[in-house]
Amino acid sequence: MVTLSDLKKISDVEWEIPSTYRSDMRVPVAIFATRELLEAIAGDKSLDQAVNATTLPGLVGRVVVMPDMHQGYGFPIGGVAATQYPDGVISPGAIGYDINCGVRLLASQIELEKVSAELDDLAISLNKHCPSGVGVGGHYRLNERELDQVMREGAQWALKKGFASESDLGRTEEFGRIPGADPARVSQRAKQRGSNQIGTLGAGNHFIEVEVVDKVFDQEAADVMGLREGCLTLMIHCGSRGFGHQICTDYVRDFQSTIQRYKIELPDRELVCAPMDSAEGKAYLGAMNAAANFAFANRQLLAYHARQAFEESLAGRVKNWRLHQVYDIAHNMGKVENHTVDGKTVKVCVHRKGATRAFGPGTPGLASEFQKTGQPVLVPGSMGTASWVLVGTEGSMARSFGSTCHGAGRTMSRSKAKKTVRGSELRAELEARGIHVQAGSLPGLAEEAPQAYKDVDEVVETVSRAGIARKVARLRPVAVVKG
Amino acid sequence: MSENAGYAEREHTADWSLHVWAPDLAGLLEQAAKGMADLSGITAKEGGRVKRSIKVESTDAEGLLVNFLTELLHFVDQEGLVFDTFHLTVSETVLQASMQGSPVAERKKEIKAVTYHNLKVEKKSKGLEAEIVFDV
Repeated sequence: MVTLSDLKKISDVEWEIPSTYRSDMRVPVAIFATRELLEAIAGDKSLDQAVNATTLPGLVGRVVVMPDMHQGYGFPIGGVAATQYPDGVISPGAIGYDINCGVRLLASQIELEKVSAELDDLAISLNKHCPSGVGVGGHYRLNERELDQVMREGAQWALKKGFASESDLGRTEEFGRIPGADPARVSQRAKQRGSNQIGTLGAGNHFIEVEVVDKVFDQEAADVMGLREGCLTLMIHCGSRGFGHQICTDYVRDFQSTIQRYKIELPDRELVCAPMDSAEGKAYLGAMNAAANFAFANRQLLAYHARQAFEESLAGRVKNWRLHQVYDIAHNMGKVENHTVDGKTVKVCVHRKGATRAFGPGTPGLASEFQKTGQPVLVPGSMGTASWVLVGTEGSMARSFGSTCHGAGRTMSRSKAKKTVRGSELRAELEARGIHVQAGSLPGLAEEAPQAYKDVDEVVETVSRAGIARKVARLRPVAVVKG
Repeated sequence: MSENAGYAEREHTADWSLHVWAPDLAGLLEQAAKGMADLSGITAKEGGRVKRSIKVESTDAEGLLVNFLTELLHFVDQEGLVFDTFHLTVSETVLQASMQGSPVAERKKEIKAVTYHNLKVEKKSKGLEAEIVFDV
């Protein structure tokens, strides 16, 4: 097991596991963390998982891990790995089962103090309009042709159906549609699971939260995003639901034999992969992009219904109850991008699992309105704690393949959290702090207790000090909806 | 639960880990199925018994384990069925399963997937043992 004595200190917020640590490592591991966060990270097997990740064929530069890193399966949560395109590999397990799990933030001009009395109604209305919970289906059942359209078009399908605006799409990673999705590479079983789950939140750590802009750190960027201190925002955290889970399951199963065909040796079978230029690799890329588009459409539908909830609760009580999109980002994805490594531009597939794309100012592909500020990055905190809006920087482009952290990061198992925290007490504690809670399950609420996570403020402070993101605004929760 | 066959949850920071043991592979698969349903907090409706038979193939015991549990997740998700009685016949790479169960009354937690993370079916003191990590 990797211990702190195996690490080389680069700075107060950057550490390295040299590639000499184990003979099968192809590249070193860079860890962005303070000493304190590092000690929390070293409490589980996440550093060993990061070392395992360095054995993927075709890696360039280094495997990067974020301060919110924690143990996952195969590849650690909070990890970033770039493989050379097209002859390097793509690994479904290094992206995760919830393909394009991500975060959407909408903002308003609604001042908290004018609607404090309506927050309970608003939380109830959000819970009513946005289906959530284990096994709960949505308002829509797509036929095969419609599902194919969702897979190919993502949030642009939602635009055609009247569930989105041009502005929403302009403020979505990849404008809500990743090209190259191939429905023919998606199993019937995945399609079956996806057909009635679009427009649903799911359960686990997924949530909808009403938050108030607590403090602005970068006024210029906040102005571009339409974030005003004291005004409400709405955050949605979810992904591609059973559709994406099934696609990952299918390809992790199929790639068990693929690695033998390509004579790839790995320390963990969950890391199985295929060369991107192989038939198997291309098939996964086509299916993964289909799941990514499904997730963009899913969050768009949830945003549509959240807007209905705002209208139902607040129209007539405030002048302008409308929500505009700030941004929508993925934090479980494999993306083909250009990056500079050792002074040369290389095309790579950046695997981000529990890490957020954070393109700096001037990066091609970024919407024109964010060319000066850098790409908005949305970092949800644990329940009841702050969330953050950041922007990508030149530093993230140079040092972390245009990536930064994605959240607080767990430190406590779900079973321990349930033993330590009672859901009913947690809800009472949150309510006492003025946070309205709508939860499908009290044990589920306890599993997501803030005590089970690292301090998101410390995580954000670390990426800020490391220069791989810049603070724009801190958000404070006032209402939570959980499945 | 008999002493020579069973399951127990193990600590995992973010996901769920299940330790299972049994004298042979058929028993191990059965314990894993029961443990997974238990972790999900599934309760069954009274009456309305159903029977299902499936065939699962893979190249090794670990693959059979993952594929079998994945099939059971599919039954929960798509048909709302949970099984409590298993007649399993296992060869090296093929599992024939005849199962009896009931409609799901309640499911408290969603398991997204069964992973291969560090999965090894090994001969140990309790017979065969494995530790399965679920993505939740």
